[in-house]
Amino acid sequence: MKPGHGEVLIAEGDVEVAEEEELLVQEFRRQLDQGMWAAVPERTSAGRREARMVKAFGEIPRDADRVIFFPRAAGGA
Amino acid sequence: MLLAAITIGVVIVALLWDLVLPSVKEAFERHKARREIIPGASYDPGRERRAEQRARQLLRSCVNEEEWSMYRDLGFIRVWGAMARVPRRGRIGDDPRAGAPYAYLVYPHKPIVAYLPQTSELLNEYCVEFPDETRPYGSARLPDSDDVLAKWMALTGDERRLIAMANMHLPGRQVDPKQVRRDLWRLSQWERERLRRAPRSPGEVPAP
Repeated sequence: MKPGHGEVLIAEGDVEVAEEEELLVQEFRRQLDQGMWAAVPERTSAGRREARMVKAFGEIPRDADRVIFFPRAAGGA
Repeated sequence: MLLAAITIGVVIVALLWDLVLPSVKEAFERHKARREIIPGASYDPGRERRAEQRARQLLRSCVNEEEWSMYRDLGFIRVWGAMARVPRRGRIGDDPRAGAPYAYLVYPHKPIVAYLPQTSELLNEYCVEFPDETRPYGSARLPDSDDVLAKWMALTGDERRLIAMANMHLPGRQVDPKQVRRDLWRLSQWERERLRRAPRSPGEVPAP
């Protein structure tokens, strides 16, 4: 998510392909190093929609179709 | 006589020159500054609107159908709280609200409002922002729907962390309690209407 732009595609690839997975890992780390939070939208077994916050690439479900990066929360005024 | 007049004239011009020169210089500088081309991103009046449209699509793809309809129709999303404690038996004097289901109203670029759905009692305001300090287009502010989605993801993904990071205030500090109560009333009407329109299963008889 970007101010003034909305959704931006950062990287895409197949985690089953080693090279592409490596690229995704690098981009994931880069985003977190920039201070972004990462979340995976998912559907629970009960059918509810919710997000899973992830702090490491390994926490992302292998079948996840996307990870959304957004600026870290800060206490407002 | 002529020489004296010329000398006086030269002196007058020299004195006037000293007086007028700074203001002439200043006017020239101002004129130059006004005409100077300032480098930077050209202003695109449609950019914010397109950003919001993209943000709405992303939000729609993440939340469920009810939440999306709620946001589209009412301008906010209700998120149920997941930290309600189960009240212990036989404890007199405990807060009777402990264990009661609670929820949040998530507005774009406004504090998150916590409340008790059963009584419509407002609990707290949680002031939280998601500023992007890289300011890609000169602003750190996400589009409205992205702000709602960020709150939704943070609340459903790690409610405890978000609430711990937010600045908590009593209701009414930034969001008018009258407006929140009106929104809760609108929400109840909206849900009633939605239930009424929901297709009934075969054999089900509507209540008289």
